[in-house]
Amino acid sequence: MSNQIIQGILLGGYYALIACGLSFMFSVMRIINLAHGSLAVFAAFALWWLASRFHISPFVGLLIVLPLMAAIGWALQRFLLERSARGGALLPILTTFGLAIVIDNLLFEQFGADTRSLAPYIGSLSYDSWEWPGSIYVGKLAVIMFAAAVILLGGLQLFLTRTRLGRSIRATSEDPDTAGLVGVDAHRANAIAASIAMVTVGLAGAFLGMRATFDPYAGAPQLLFAFEAAVIGGAGSLWGTLIGGIVLALAQTLGAQVHPQGFLIGGHVAFLIVLFIRLSTSGLGLRGLLRLPTRKPT
Amino acid sequence: MSAVSTSPAIERGTATSRIAAIAVAVIIALLAIAPHFLSAGAVDRMTALFIYVILAAMWNALAGFGGLVSVGQQVFFGLSAYFAIRLADAGLNPFLALFASGLIVGAVSWPLSLFMLRLRNGEFAIGMWVIAALTHLLVNLDRLVQGETGTSLISLNAYDAGARRAAIYWLALASMTALLAILFGLLRGSTGAAIRAIRDNEDAAASVGVRVTGTKRLLFVLAAFGIGIAGALWLATSITFQPKTYFNVQWTAYMIFMVLVGGIGTFEGAILGALVFFLIETWFGGTGVWYLVGLGATAVLFSLFLPRGLWGTIEERFGLRLLPVGYRVRFPATADGDATPSPQQTTPYREKA
Repeated sequence: MSNQIIQGILLGGYYALIACGLSFMFSVMRIINLAHGSLAVFAAFALWWLASRFHISPFVGLLIVLPLMAAIGWALQRFLLERSARGGALLPILTTFGLAIVIDNLLFEQFGADTRSLAPYIGSLSYDSWEWPGSIYVGKLAVIMFAAAVILLGGLQLFLTRTRLGRSIRATSEDPDTAGLVGVDAHRANAIAASIAMVTVGLAGAFLGMRATFDPYAGAPQLLFAFEAAVIGGAGSLWGTLIGGIVLALAQTLGAQVHPQGFLIGGHVAFLIVLFIRLSTSGLGLRGLLRLPTRKPT
Repeated sequence: MSAVSTSPAIERGTATSRIAAIAVAVIIALLAIAPHFLSAGAVDRMTALFIYVILAAMWNALAGFGGLVSVGQQVFFGLSAYFAIRLADAGLNPFLALFASGLIVGAVSWPLSLFMLRLRNGEFAIGMWVIAALTHLLVNLDRLVQGETGTSLISLNAYDAGARRAAIYWLALASMTALLAILFGLLRGSTGAAIRAIRDNEDAAASVGVRVTGTKRLLFVLAAFGIGIAGALWLATSITFQPKTYFNVQWTAYMIFMVLVGGIGTFEGAILGALVFFLIETWFGGTGVWYLVGLGATAVLFSLFLPRGLWGTIEERFGLRLLPVGYRVRFPATADGDATPSPQQTTPYREKA
C-alpha cells in the first residue's frame, strides 16, 4: 500500500506540471484556456514527430519545442485571447474551446487515430527504477517528473516575486489599469505570461508522452486533470497546485483500489468533494447554498 | 401606427413581427404534414434538424440569456438516453420512456444546479465538463449498458419502421415547438425582463432586486430538460446507445457553433444557427475531420470578429424583430431610426421588484 501511495504522490508531480500553466494563466489573465490540454498533446506530438522522423531524443527535442510553445503562447495572447477578452468574460471560453476542437482534429488529420508514446525514444529511462528501503521500487522517470514539477513551481515563484518582469506580471494581474499608470505595459506582461504558461504546457506534454500514451483526442482529459488539480490546490497558488496534483493522484489510486474502473472516477469524485467543501465554507455556509444566494462572494 | 404624442411609445411587436408570427404558424403546419410528401431519408434528416434546433435553443437559453457557458451539456443528452434505455428495459412503453427520461433529467438537474451555479464563468464551464465525464464513467458501470459496447432501445423495434419514423418526426416537431414556445413565453413574461437584465449586467440586476440565482436556476433546469428530450429523441432515431457517442463533448461543440454563428442571446439566432449547422452538415459532413476543423475555426472566427452572430448583426443593422421578446421604445422624434436597441431597451425592464 505504501508503495502505491508513493507512486500516487509522484504521479501528482505530473498533474502539478500540467495544472500550473492553467492556474498561472488564470491568476494573471482571469482566463481559463480550454485548449490547455490540447496544446499539451500538441507538444507531445511535436516531440514524437521529431523523435520518429529525425531521431532527435525528446530531451533534445524540448530545446526546439519549448521555444515553439513560447511563441505559440505569445501569439495566442496577442491574436486570440486579448481580442476575445474585450468581449466579456464568457467569450474567451468559447474562443479557446473552438481552438481546442481545431487543434484536436488537425492532430487527428495529421497523425491518425493511433496512440503514440515517447517511451521508445528515451531508452531505459521509461522502465528503470530505484529500489528504496522497504523494497519499494520507484520509477526514475516518475522521480524526475516530480523533481521537475518542484523546480518549475519554485522557479515560477521566484520569478514572480524576485524579478522585475515577474513583479510587472503580478501588478498587471492585480489591476491592469493602475499597473499601466506606473509604466507597466499590460499587453507585454500578459503576452509574456502566456508564453511562460505555454512553456510549462510543453514540458507537461513531454512528460505525458514519456510516462503514458497519447492520441489526438487526449487533450480533454488533460484539461480536466489540470483544472481539478488547480481547483483542489486553490486556484492562483503555485505550491497549492502541487498539493492539488498529489491529492488528485492519490484519489485516483484509491479509486483504482476500490474498483477496476475507478481510477478516473476517484479523481473526479475527490474534485467534487473538495469543490463542495470549498463552496460551503466560502462565507455563506451550507444554509446559504440551499437558500439561493443572490450575490456570490468574489 | 405609433401614437402621435410627444411621449415615447412602448411596443411589444412590430408589423414585421406580426407577419412573422403568422409565417411561423404556417411553417409549423406545413412541417406537420410534411412526412406525407417526404422520402424516408428526408424525414430522418428533418428530425435531426428539429433536435439541433432544440439543442441550440436550450444552450442559448443557458449561455445567451443566463450568462452560463457550459461545455458539459452533453451530460443531459447522454443521461436522458440512458434513462430511456433503463425505463424501456423495465417495461415502460419506449415512447413514454423518452419523455419520462427527459423529465427525470430535468429533476436531476435541480439538485445539481444548487451546487454548480455557485461556480463562475470558466469554472462553471469546465465544472460541467467534469460532471459529464464522471456521469459517463458511472453509466459505463451499469451492466445493462455493457461499457463502451453499448446497447439498444430494442423495444422500439416492435413498431413498424415507417410508422415509427413518422411518429418520431412528429414527436420531435412537437417537442421543438413546445420547448421554443416555453422559452418564448418565459422571455416575454416578467421572468424575461429579469433574464435580460441578468444577461446585460448581473450585478446591476441583483442590485435592483432581480432574483439572479433563482432565474439562472430556472434556465439551467429548462436547458437540462430540453437537452434531455433531445438526447432521448436522438436515441429514438438511432436506436443504439453507445455511451461514448452520447456523452461526447462534440454535442456541446455543435451547440456552441450553432449559437455563436446564429447569434448568442437572440431568440431567432439559435434557430438560424441550427439551420446553418444543418446545411453545413448536409453538405460537408462527409469530409470527416476537416468538417470538424472547419466548425471549430468558424466558432473561433465568429467569437473574435462577429460575437453577436449572424442574427445579432442583422438585428442591429436593420432593427429587425421577427419574434420579439423584449420591449421597444419608440421616440417620436426618431420614430423611424431606432436601430440602437440596447440602451433604450433597458429602461422599461425595471418593472420587476
